[in-house]
Amino acid sequence: MNQVASVATSAPANSITASALRRHTLWDAVLKHGTRSAAITVLLLLGGVIATLVQGSWLSLSTFGPEFLTTEKWNPVSEEFGALAPIYGTLLTSLIAMLIGIPISIGIAIFLTELCPPRLKRSISTAIELLAGIPSIIYGIWGLFVLAPFLQAHVQPVLIEVFAGVPVLGTMFAGPPYGIGIFTAGIILSIMVLPYITSVTRDVFETVPPTLKESAYALGCTTWEVVRKIVLPFTSTGVIGGIMLGLGRALGETMAVTFVIGNAHKIAGSILAPGTTISASIANEFTEAETALYTSSLISLGLLLFLITFTVLAIARLLLLRLQRQAGK
Amino acid sequence: MRFPRAALLPSLIASLLTIAACSKSTPTATEVAAGDKDISGAGSTFFYPIASKWADTYKKETGIGLNYQSIGSGGGIKQIKAKTVTFGASDKPLSLDELNEAGLIQFPAIIGGVIPVVNLEGVTPGQLVLDGKTLAAIFVGDIKKWDDAAIKALNPDVKLPSADIAIVHRSDGSGTTFLFTDYLSKVDENWKGKVGANSAVEWPTGIGAKGNEGVAGVVKQTAASIGYVEYAYAKQNAMSHVRLTNKAGKVVEPGIASFQAAAANADWAAAPGMNVVLTNAEGETSWPITGAVFVFFHKQPVKPENLTSAIKFFDWAYGKGAAEAIALDYVPMPDAVTALVRQLWKDSLKDAAGQPLYR
Repeated sequence: MNQVASVATSAPANSITASALRRHTLWDAVLKHGTRSAAITVLLLLGGVIATLVQGSWLSLSTFGPEFLTTEKWNPVSEEFGALAPIYGTLLTSLIAMLIGIPISIGIAIFLTELCPPRLKRSISTAIELLAGIPSIIYGIWGLFVLAPFLQAHVQPVLIEVFAGVPVLGTMFAGPPYGIGIFTAGIILSIMVLPYITSVTRDVFETVPPTLKESAYALGCTTWEVVRKIVLPFTSTGVIGGIMLGLGRALGETMAVTFVIGNAHKIAGSILAPGTTISASIANEFTEAETALYTSSLISLGLLLFLITFTVLAIARLLLLRLQRQAGK
Repeated sequence: MRFPRAALLPSLIASLLTIAACSKSTPTATEVAAGDKDISGAGSTFFYPIASKWADTYKKETGIGLNYQSIGSGGGIKQIKAKTVTFGASDKPLSLDELNEAGLIQFPAIIGGVIPVVNLEGVTPGQLVLDGKTLAAIFVGDIKKWDDAAIKALNPDVKLPSADIAIVHRSDGSGTTFLFTDYLSKVDENWKGKVGANSAVEWPTGIGAKGNEGVAGVVKQTAASIGYVEYAYAKQNAMSHVRLTNKAGKVVEPGIASFQAAAANADWAAAPGMNVVLTNAEGETSWPITGAVFVFFHKQPVKPENLTSAIKFFDWAYGKGAAEAIALDYVPMPDAVTALVRQLWKDSLKDAAGQPLYR
């Protein structure tokens, strides 16, 4: 915590002349305006995206009204559209991804920073970075041709059999085992968010001052206690940031999900059933959406996704603020 | 604690927004700035393999290139209406009113067929026979088991398992889905009322897979499943196809002969704007789920010289391109139909001076 800001200004003392001063001032002005316009560009782009989305979705929102959010029906033939199933699918697949992804990611990060022998550390870190570099279409194809058949043959039948008859879980894991569906999409997503959460949490774990950890060890703490009582509380803000980064990726991921989710605009009790997400619906249907209302409904879905990611960010922000306030006490 | 708070959040926000923004990118087609005479087209993904094959050969023979973007039929119609391409291509024809409104003509360029495929143990390719009503009842979810009486009645000699039918359909909007659902709507009132025909429909049951390759993949992996794919896909993947009973009540095998029969039996001359969907066609040898790819031209193009190149290209495709079409498991248009199309070009495509662009 005791970082001292060091300013690197070491111009030779004897060279300060009027022209040099002017030159410096000019350069500073260029830098100031240049960086400011870069920042404004981002705001303009963001504003443009929002304006385009609102304009594009106007037709569908004015036709269906608030019912757009609460209707499960999605019928391109009769042109009745509702966003409930894609919203449900988006949230549920991301939830599954987080439930699987967070413990594994944090586990990897703890292992890398606290327990891992240095030589192994480098290869594991590289492997995780490579995982982040795989294009999502590859995940999609792998999911469709490798993961889905594997789940269909070996995992889903077991889940269905084990939970059959159990009150809530029985419905959650009801058959038939299609291989593709919400569950598979969630698993693919959990693999995709792993590198994001892992690399952020690993980086913040490394910011824990060694003196703190060493003091704890000196007092006789076990590794578990050091992680639980020193590392995690010290880095909670960063860890939540990493999780949110992963969640953002999971909510918006398109290609990989499109391949394995089954694109059914239905809300089924079972997570093994096919479903759809907002981004998968858009990717699947945009090219062939001929009528204005159909296109507009798909753009409305885009707007919704925008709002959902924005809400997630806002909640993350609030969480962080709260944590900081607690830390200040 | 300064690091995560100060450095992480802004980058976090940026990444989240990027992710959100990326998922909304829309396909666009821009006219290529290549040579003046180069042809640009956009639309049907079904048309893409043969269009690129033709483009390749045509470029070698004439030096004129074709840039075809397979952005989907809906996209093709939008692009031709926006005049950003010389021709648009769609699996679904437009009505005469829609054509006139946009100042377009349409003509069929190539024929293809859609084949139901199954994965049933002990059933060899082509062994299973279905009719339209039974197929509709399966896909609507009324027939749930393979040993249903309706299927048994059509297949007295086939040993059918008592397994649940797993239905696989396209998840993405597609001309293949349009032909399939259009056929089911024509033969089954129940399907027409409950589901209807479109490039994407509200499926009553089953799972969606992306693209022909997705449907083929899922059908192959799932026991007791049924799906539908384009003919070329079924053939190249050696899938277990289904024979269908056509409108004339005859059981037909899918293939170039039965697709061409469907096209030849259609009354193209009488249909306004050549608006013909070949599903459930007349004729004893016609395959019932056949469809053509329709190409759209502007009657008064912005650049007549580009349209002239496009007309020459399709003229060539009807003649010399036919053999290449067959090699890729497409079906060339019958001569009677190409004669009609050439007449249409002569009659309706004029330059600014009123001179016909095709002679």
